[in-house]
Amino acid sequence: MSETMPKTTPILQTIGLEKRFGGILAAQNVNLAVEPGARHALIGPNGAGKTTVINLLTGVLRPTAGRIELEGRDITSLLPHQRVRLGIARTFQINQLFLDLTPLESIGLVVSERLGSGADWWRLVGTKSAVTDEIVEIVERFRLADVMHERTAILPYGKQRLLEIALAFACRPRVLLLDEPAAGVPEAERHELLATIEALPKDVTVLLIEHDMDLVFSFAERISVLVNGALFVDGAPDEVARDPRVKAVYLGEELSA
Amino acid sequence: MTANADEVARYLKRRARWSPFEIAFWIFAFATIWLFPGKYLILKDTAILALFALSLDLILGYAGIISLGQAAFFGFAGYFAGLVAKYGIINEPVIALVCSGLIAAALGFVTSFLVLRGSDLTRLMVTLGVSLMLGELANRYSNITGGADGLQGVEIEPVLGRFRFDLFGHNGYVYCLIVLFICFVIARRIIYSPFGLSLRSIKGNTLRAAAIGVPVKWRLVAIYTVSAGLAGIAGALLTQTTAFCSLDVFSLERSADLLLVLIIGGTGYLYGGLIGAVIYKFLQDWLSNLTPQYWQFWIGLVLVVIVLIGRERMAGWVRIVRSLLVRLGTWLMPRLPALGGAAPDGR
Repeated sequence: MSETMPKTTPILQTIGLEKRFGGILAAQNVNLAVEPGARHALIGPNGAGKTTVINLLTGVLRPTAGRIELEGRDITSLLPHQRVRLGIARTFQINQLFLDLTPLESIGLVVSERLGSGADWWRLVGTKSAVTDEIVEIVERFRLADVMHERTAILPYGKQRLLEIALAFACRPRVLLLDEPAAGVPEAERHELLATIEALPKDVTVLLIEHDMDLVFSFAERISVLVNGALFVDGAPDEVARDPRVKAVYLGEELSA
Repeated sequence: MTANADEVARYLKRRARWSPFEIAFWIFAFATIWLFPGKYLILKDTAILALFALSLDLILGYAGIISLGQAAFFGFAGYFAGLVAKYGIINEPVIALVCSGLIAAALGFVTSFLVLRGSDLTRLMVTLGVSLMLGELANRYSNITGGADGLQGVEIEPVLGRFRFDLFGHNGYVYCLIVLFICFVIARRIIYSPFGLSLRSIKGNTLRAAAIGVPVKWRLVAIYTVSAGLAGIAGALLTQTTAFCSLDVFSLERSADLLLVLIIGGTGYLYGGLIGAVIYKFLQDWLSNLTPQYWQFWIGLVLVVIVLIGRERMAGWVRIVRSLLVRLGTWLMPRLPALGGAAPDGR
């Protein structure tokens, strides 16, 4: 594996990361290195600890041991919203949207917060051109223009999924964590979603947590396989695909499923 | 369909524009000064209740904080306004009113840290507890507050040195109405600001609000403080216009009535507290004339019916009636000249 180790400084790195829930080790000695601008996928069978790792990276959970570094800076003890400000944003496997707001308002909210006007209480929403310009850009990028005036609750699921990513993207993250972005999206709406993910700008590093192997192999340049809370295999897609241990894990799962 | 910045800005600002309904509402509110000259006392009480309910709507309807203790701020500022007038510390009512609001806001800020931890039930209990404690403190230190007899000997100077609170309550009502309007405009402005949007996001999905970088706790502290300030202004208005303050300003009933007002009027659109206060006061007045002893039975019945039917459904009925009226209007309009026999094209 040493020949595939990254040569540049990783933008996001975990060192000996461990999370214990009572007697269960949900993550053990995870050494994950994500290179700047990477399209990196984290895969693994159900219950492998993928969501635990995401929660550790975003600060929802505190690790039992180990460190997390963003561009060499230790962020292990920072709170979730502080990590967002430093440039880690995530999407959720199950939509976490503002159902009573429109996509325009939701995105406007994120942009206002990031540009430091989230606490303005006397200026009306939509009066700052820096904010509106950026809203337009994001609405276009995520193909939400035709539904931007609708209440989020009544949007088609595929659009909601796009909004889910748009909200994280509007934080202008250095590292974007996508937690099963295509989960549950019907076939007809899938293409639009995948195209949007493909078109994410190259300066945003993407860590994709995914179950869907087609998406992983078409998108990722590097794949890490998590099994029982530990990193199992780490390498380029063709290496991972050839790896007999990975085949065994997935084949085993398919048989037992 | 593509978006452009002007359109986005216009759309985002559109919500904040004053609708014809709102303009009509306020024209009517100010018209009541001339329309119902014999009713100033109940109108004044309604305006104070409306402001008080508005303060609760800000935290309940926009930030999802449920409270049974708004009376704490109402009463605290009520006594403050009474004491500063009684001892001649601040004589001009408007300045005293602003100071009362500020001191209630300060109390709100301090207690917000107790309230904002925990679930809805905890919040109900903590807010209730705070107002009970303040009520008992006012009772215990009766040398300052007058205890069960109430605060006697309060004399209120004329507003701005010119308008004395008269016996008929005319100036008192106008004063309360203007204060209500100003506070409403401030609340409205807050709601349509980026800050207000972040509150709605917290109420909608706290987990996601934190995940996009909203400092949830500080936003809630801020709105709780503002809400306490408005509740305080309502309390100070009551003291100033009655030149009296008694222990019942802290009562649980006052906080509970407030929830009732918001249940009647609805939350989260700012007019709920105002409309609810009008309906509540009207019902109270009407029913207590019909059955002086048992009027609360009917209030209780109204409450049960509203909750059982559900506001969504009632709003739906209103929409249906409105669309029927519109359809009737469009059906009638072309026929009207014909009915009058004045159709230019004749028959």
